Amino acid sequence: MKKINSSLPGPNDIHREVLENGVTILTRSNFNSPSVVISGYFDAGALFDTDEKLGLADYVTSGLMRGTKKHNFDEIYNILESAGASLGFSTGVHKSGFNGRSLAEDLPLILGLLAETMIQPMFPKAEMEKLRAQILTGMAISAEDTSDMASETFDKILYKDHPYSRPDEGTPETIKKITRDDLVKFHREHYGPRGMVIAVVGAVKAEEAVRQVKRALGGWQVKGQKETLEIPEAKLLKRTVRKHHKIAGKSQSDIVVGTNGPRRRDAEFMAASLGNNILGQFGMMGRIGDSVREKAGLAYYAYSSLNAGIGPGSWEVSAGISPTNVDKAINLIVDELKRFVAKGVTAEELSDSKANFIGRLPLSLESNGGVAGALLNIERHDLGFDYYLRYADLVNEVTREDVLRTARKFFDSDKLAIAVAGP
Amino acid sequence: MKKSLTVETLSNGLKVFLKEIHTAPIISSWLWYRVGSRDEVQGRTGISHWVEHMQFKGTPNFPANMLDKAISREGGMWNAMTYLDWTAYFETMPADKIDLALRLEADRMVNSRFDKKEVASERTVIISEREGSENEPLFQLGEAVQQSAFRVHPYHHEVIGDMADLHSMTRDDLYDHYRTYYVPNNAVMAVAGDFDTKTMLARIKKLFGKIPAGKEPARLARQELEQRGEVQLSVEGPGTTSYVQACYRFPAASHPDFFPLAVLDSLLAGPSNLNMFSGGISNKTSRLYRALVDKEFAVGVHGGAQATIDPFLYSITLTIHPKRKPEETLAVLDKELERIKQENVTKAEITRAIKQARALFAYGSENITNQAFWMGYSEMFAEYEWFENYLDKLSAVTAKDIQRVGNEYFNTKSRVVGTYVPANGRKG
Repeated sequence: MKKINSSLPGPNDIHREVLENGVTILTRSNFNSPSVVISGYFDAGALFDTDEKLGLADYVTSGLMRGTKKHNFDEIYNILESAGASLGFSTGVHKSGFNGRSLAEDLPLILGLLAETMIQPMFPKAEMEKLRAQILTGMAISAEDTSDMASETFDKILYKDHPYSRPDEGTPETIKKITRDDLVKFHREHYGPRGMVIAVVGAVKAEEAVRQVKRALGGWQVKGQKETLEIPEAKLLKRTVRKHHKIAGKSQSDIVVGTNGPRRRDAEFMAASLGNNILGQFGMMGRIGDSVREKAGLAYYAYSSLNAGIGPGSWEVSAGISPTNVDKAINLIVDELKRFVAKGVTAEELSDSKANFIGRLPLSLESNGGVAGALLNIERHDLGFDYYLRYADLVNEVTREDVLRTARKFFDSDKLAIAVAGP
Repeated sequence: MKKSLTVETLSNGLKVFLKEIHTAPIISSWLWYRVGSRDEVQGRTGISHWVEHMQFKGTPNFPANMLDKAISREGGMWNAMTYLDWTAYFETMPADKIDLALRLEADRMVNSRFDKKEVASERTVIISEREGSENEPLFQLGEAVQQSAFRVHPYHHEVIGDMADLHSMTRDDLYDHYRTYYVPNNAVMAVAGDFDTKTMLARIKKLFGKIPAGKEPARLARQELEQRGEVQLSVEGPGTTSYVQACYRFPAASHPDFFPLAVLDSLLAGPSNLNMFSGGISNKTSRLYRALVDKEFAVGVHGGAQATIDPFLYSITLTIHPKRKPEETLAVLDKELERIKQENVTKAEITRAIKQARALFAYGSENITNQAFWMGYSEMFAEYEWFENYLDKLSAVTAKDIQRVGNEYFNTKSRVVGTYVPANGRKG
């Protein structure tokens, strides 16, 4: 049988190189399947958007593949789809990112398109108008989605007056204000090699991957690329705030109950992570699932999640509930949070969750996409190449007291953000 | 794709597929039962899916709350799914922990309790699952189209079942269904990953071999009648966006025409991804995207081919552009389909569809869970050779074949077209 550690990425098989222009390359080979994944991020997130033109960063990433100096929209996708390959961009608050994959033989093809669309997009006027209509329709659909709206409402409560309160994709009003000139200007100011990270994982040797990335992106130079913005702290809630976003005609409401959470680099991240697993994930959705789904039969899904990134995180419980049972479900969730803060977790619960974290690691790192995500995680949060080799120790170090302290630091049952979307 | 494989049928009829893959210390084990919504009559719709839920509610050996915890504690991933033709359970575990999954599956093939209290609490959970689906316009539309397409054949209802039946079915109904279909001779087991075949087979024989074979489950034989004329319907609901779903009669997966139709699907709407654990690719240069989305008759188009035992549907789902009426968009769709019937597609288009399929299979094989999935899945509607020969069959497709199946299957008179009419009308 294979040894677990031999399958985890580590200093022996992760290769990292920084090109002269600032592009960081991470690679790990995997010849088990003839496919390859590229994944990465760069410094052009929604944080740079003004309130007036919120959604600009997202509009830009959506527009990158709609035409370049060399190829129009149809030609770009024809190259990709003819090879059974894919490439796409997305926008986050801090960074924007990309994901692509292909057969290993087509790696030069997706790297070439990545470079072309990032460096020389044309934002053709007609295509940008088509895109605008698609974005607006997407928003109209999302405005009717109870889960999307509960989550948006939650962010508005928890992050009041903070950049995280804004929907990255903007609103119909802001999208309508954005012009082609805005797109071109945003691209000129924020797109560049500095701060760009790319992971290449799959059936390609490290030196070959580096050579190919260098050929595609090594010559990219941009003067005056804007600096990263710092993210402010979030203000803490002084009392529980509950808001209901009304959507008529729906048969189910979505609820989100939660509070602030740690940043990814904070010392208590692992304790919070294990605590969260016990609270609303382990087994079939942890204590929350046991209370709301298994015992009360109120929901098909009821779980908790911890969102820890660069800035102030959030710790949320989500559930889909019949409109008549919303209050009942919220009460059950708040009761569980109270218990979590009052008594913490049992020794058995903690050891179960530790075993779960350690045991599932090889599974999460099985596919090329999973490994690429892990390499980017290491880079972005400075975890060290041996992070996944040390992972079991990091998990095992956490004590019940750590979990309790962390729970108490973040959860106060009188200071919760509660969002409901539905009839 | 053709890796060494061991296939053996135990004396009680359980068919076992084993494939050694030593790329990671992981094993994925799947147990497939030949039971799904096709085995359900009115009054019992949704029963297969509900039974699947009850399989997580405990046996005397593995009580309800212990099951999840036991698997999670070992770092495993597990789930189950119910579909038209089958119900499947899988566990993907660290290789040295797979025995737990094997013991659990052997146990719950016969010993699930179906406790009355658990049935009652699961009833509301499933009703909640259905209410969540009802929130989605495309669920509402899809359900209406499907029930219009099948009056006689049990494919007429959604897998989750009708709300009326979810309220009225009893514990004994569920238990009977379980006892009828959960027998080794109605199941296929597929295990892939980091094991030694001889040892694994011996272990499976020890755990499953003693379970007695059951009566061969009777099947409903209600063939759908030929449709004589197009059916059009509409569903009204909240929202501001219109959708159209056009559904055409498709053959069973085992039918030779399935392969030219798979190529046609690929060039009409982008390849339907049959892999379960790896996403698909974009469809922006498919014929329908170019004609409908690029020309702003729709903001999205999706084509869905499904591999089923009996003839089912090929659905084209269109998200209508805000400045168009659904009938305008449908007219353009018809024009594109007419082109398929009149003009030969090019060799290049076929080559491209094959390359797309090859790439999707390569992505899927990064993942052991997906490799185990394929062995059992293909057995549910054909046999494993169907999967092994898939790319060869696609390669044999000619332009003539495509024109022929285009004419044969994309008929207006045997289609159902559903329109989702948003109650809030159009804004802006």
